[in-house]
Order: sequence, then C-alpha cells, then structure tokens
Amino acid sequence: MKRAGLAWPAFSNGHVKEVPMGEKTVQYKGTNQKRSEFIWGWLFLLPTMIGLIILNIIPIFQTIYQSFFKTGAFGKGNVFIGFDNYTKMFQDASVWQALLNTFKYAIVEVPFSIIIAIVLAVLLNRKMRGRTIYRTIYFLPMVAAPAAVAMVWRWLYNSEFGLLNHLLNSIGLKSVNWISNPNIAYISIAVVGIWSVIGYNMVLFLAGLQEIPRDYYEAAEIDGASGVKQFFHITLPLISPTMFFVSVTRIIGALQVFDTIYMMLDKTNPAFAKTQSLVYLFYKYSFLESNKGYGSAIVMLLLLVIMLITVIQMICQKKWVNYN
Amino acid sequence: MDKKRKASIVLIHIILIIGAIIMIVPFVWMILTSFKSISESTQMNPFVIFPSVWRTNAFKEVLSKMNFVRLYWNTLVLIAGRVLCAVLTATMAGYAFGRLNFKGKNIAFSLVLFQMMVPSQIFIIPQYLMVSKMGMLNTSFALIFPGLVTAFGTFLLRQAYMGLPRELEEAARLDGCNIGQTFFYVMAPLTKSSMVALGIFTALFAFKDLMWPLVVNTEQTTMPLSSALAKLQGQFVANYPELMAASLLACIPMIIIYIIFQKQFIEGIATSGGKL
Repeated sequence: MKRAGLAWPAFSNGHVKEVPMGEKTVQYKGTNQKRSEFIWGWLFLLPTMIGLIILNIIPIFQTIYQSFFKTGAFGKGNVFIGFDNYTKMFQDASVWQALLNTFKYAIVEVPFSIIIAIVLAVLLNRKMRGRTIYRTIYFLPMVAAPAAVAMVWRWLYNSEFGLLNHLLNSIGLKSVNWISNPNIAYISIAVVGIWSVIGYNMVLFLAGLQEIPRDYYEAAEIDGASGVKQFFHITLPLISPTMFFVSVTRIIGALQVFDTIYMMLDKTNPAFAKTQSLVYLFYKYSFLESNKGYGSAIVMLLLLVIMLITVIQMICQKKWVNYN
Repeated sequence: MDKKRKASIVLIHIILIIGAIIMIVPFVWMILTSFKSISESTQMNPFVIFPSVWRTNAFKEVLSKMNFVRLYWNTLVLIAGRVLCAVLTATMAGYAFGRLNFKGKNIAFSLVLFQMMVPSQIFIIPQYLMVSKMGMLNTSFALIFPGLVTAFGTFLLRQAYMGLPRELEEAARLDGCNIGQTFFYVMAPLTKSSMVALGIFTALFAFKDLMWPLVVNTEQTTMPLSSALAKLQGQFVANYPELMAASLLACIPMIIIYIIFQKQFIEGIATSGGKL
C-alpha cells in the first residue's frame, strides 16, 4: 500500500522532493514481509556478529577478568588476587611515568600534526600546478611500513653519524642526542609521529574543505577580506566538525603510541624510562614478561584514560564546533 | 591585484616545496644509505651524501639473510585475507543495518559502536590466547584472525547503504527479487566505491600492523614484512646500509601500488577515514 504511494510520484519529474520519505527502509509486498526481513537481516549479520562477539566482545570481559589474576609461570595456574594488580599498578612509578610520557607525546604530536595538516590542506585547496604531486608526497609516509619509518628516523637521529647532526654541525651548532636525551627524546619520537600522520590528516581536511561553498570566499573577497581573515572567519568555523573528528581520533591514536617507541629506543637507552608509553608497558608485561594479568590491568587504565578524554572532548565540542 | 595574486601563488609553492622536501628526505636518505658501504655510511670527514659507487652489496646481503619472497607472500596473504573478510562481512552486515528493519537490529548495532570505541589493545591478550589454544600460532590464519570481521567497515558500509535512493530497491522488488537478490544484484554493486575504500583502508592498516604479528608469529618463515623488519634491527645493530636496504625492499611494493592507485588511495582514505 505504501509502496504504490511512494513509487509513483518518484517517476513524475520534478515532484520527487514531495515524496513522503517515512522510514529509511522499503516496504515489501506480502504478508511475510516482516519475517523475511528478520531472516535475511540476521543472515546478513550472522558472520559479523559471531565474529564481533568472539573476537571483541568476549575478549573485553576476558581482559577485565584477567586483570584480577596473577598469571602463573608459562601461563598456567592463574591465581585470583582481587584488586592486587590495580593496587600494584597505582603504586608503580613506572606506570605513572609511562602515562605521563604518553601524554607528553600526545601533547606534541596531536596539535602540530593537526595545525600543519590544516595549513597544507588550505594551501592545496585551489587549482594550481603540482597539486597532485604535493598531495602524493605528503601522503607518502602513510604507506611506508612503520618499522622502516622508525629505522630510517633512528638513522637520521643517530648522534654520531646521523644526517641531522651533520646538518647542525655544518651550520656551527652542536650535536644533539635526539633519542637518548631524556628531555627531548619524546619530542623526537613525536616528530616522527607528526611526519607520519600529516598526510592522513591533510587528506581528511582537504575533503572537509571541499564541502565549503566557493561563494562564501567570493563574497568575502568582494568585501575585501584578506586571505588570513578568510581563513579565520570562514575556513576554520566551517571545517570545525572535521577538526573535531580528526582531533578525537588523533588523540586516541597518539595515546596508543607503540611502534616508534618499540623500534627506536633500546632498553639501554638512557631516555627509555622517560619515553616509554603505556601501550609499550602493556606489551612488555603481557608478552615479554608473560604477566598477562598485570598487562590487562594496564590496558584497563588505557581504556579509562581514553574514555575520559573522549568524553571531555565530547562535552567541550559544544563550545567550538560549528555544525551549521 | 594580479601581481599580488601571482606573488602569493609563488609563496605558496615555496612553502609547499619546502614541506615536500622535508617529507621526502627520509626516503631519499634511506635509498642513498642502502647503496653505500658501511664505512661510507659512518664517515664524517668528509660527510658522504652520495655513495661514491652505487653498491648493491647491502641488498645482496639482506636478500641472502632474509627470505623476501616468503615475507612478501606472507604479507600478501595477510592483506588479501583481511581485505576479503572485511569487505565480504561488512557489505552484508552494512546492508542489514542500513536497509532492513528487524528485531534485534539496534542491540546488534550498539555492539558494533561499542567495539569501535574501545582501544584495540584490549582484545589482544584474549585473541592471542585463542589462537594459541587452537594451536594456530605461526600460521597465516593467526595473522588474519583479528581482521575476520570489522566493526568499522560495517559502520562505513551501513552509511553507504543509507545514502542510496530507495527507488532502485523498490524497482527490484517489483520485478520480483527477494531481499537476497535485491542486495546481491542491485544494492551491493552500488556501494562499490565504499567497498574499495574499505579495502584500501584495511589493506593499509594490515600492512602497517606491528604488535599483533610480533606476538603471534615469532618464526621467521611465518612473519609478515612489518615484524620481520622489526626483528631484523636486533640482528645487525650498526649496519645501516643493510637496515636501509631491507626497509627499502619492505616499502617499495606498497609505494608502487600507492603511486599507481593514488587517486583511489586518497579518495578511499578521505571517505573511510572521514566517516569513522
């Protein structure tokens, strides 16, 4: 019944918009409509739901469960120890240090990767020669294996033979211990993170910028607004939803930093304690020291931190994100 | 006015070129170092930028120490397995979520959203124990395992299906298609671009996945490129020409694929990354 009412006006040109849209789904003919949608729906969902439950939902509870156990030698003989892993964790200075290190990393990586990416996206968002080539180059680090990226940067940062120190020396500056000075190692690692992710953020911003109608800029130009003014009064407010999205996902990503830390810092590195991240600690306890109970407690801390920060961002977005 | 505009375009180019140089220097340095001898790579007075002779010794050494054919194959299996599973399951589930109305849909969808909000490290220990219990450590299956289904992909495809006009579905229905046929012949082909986007997204992150391969496949013969490269570093610490040669060999295939399909790559990332 509804089908006819919907289908016909759609064919009469020009009146498409007046078609009552109603629900998103099409009403099928027949009395078995409901049943067949139920059967087909669950048939289509089945692989995904089984997979999700086995691979993700159950493991969440297993991780929580495991965090109350002390893992025995060779993974055998788990002993229930209540909140001991958590009390141990809260007294463990290295966990707090790792949390601080992770924050410090994120505080450098996220703002810079976003600001640089926005600037690049704005510069590239015009008809100009070489646009595709620039875009290709900026995105290039995204397609490189993280281990390769970490190794080449480690080589660039090498305090004796690295290219960076050579360049510093050649302009008369002293060498820097990029990744073995505890005070700057986290910045050096964050630079690698920024370099790796700029292209990704830029592509997202370019997509966001293309949604902004050109007439806004034309109108601003007629009013005599400068490029900088246009950026702050048109571009930034209109791209704020993309910015919000990118910053939420980037912060979550940065708080999970692992690859570069694992690859670039040896355990003998004097900056190690001041640079290792929470996820690195999780990896170390869970898989290098086989203390999966303690590893689980650490990953629960990570979950808590990520949830908290995401909720705070959700609350704060009302103040600066413009959804019109 | 016109002069000013020209000047600003030149300025933009200068900024973009400087940026591009910074982005590309690590790659260039990787290439240059891989063709040097060890002594050249650590020589300071004078500092060597270009190798005096383009030696391929480092490549030969690396190729003799690591079975790259095996590594490429393992990586290919990892990527192909995850992409296939992700696209197949997400297309089906996305259609059900985006186009059908049935009991239990909302609860099921809340599970999908829930998975997307949780950091992935939380799954790793139990997933590892599962694979271990199945006796499947050091297999291709272990590599693919966490990517058998994808909450993110399901979400992406659901959005794609929701954006399609309903007229086509109705026409198919009038022609006597059942829901399965409507999905397979009419609706699924229309979301091809989203499938491609999901495929590229999945492939890229499967290629870049490091912690999971490190954990499950510890034997040289079953590792993908990412973890084999990570293990390599521990083996020859200061031999940078070899490390760079191995890095280059590991990156080249993906870079070539990226340069050929860059349009699809960038559009895929823009649509999938932006709809997360």
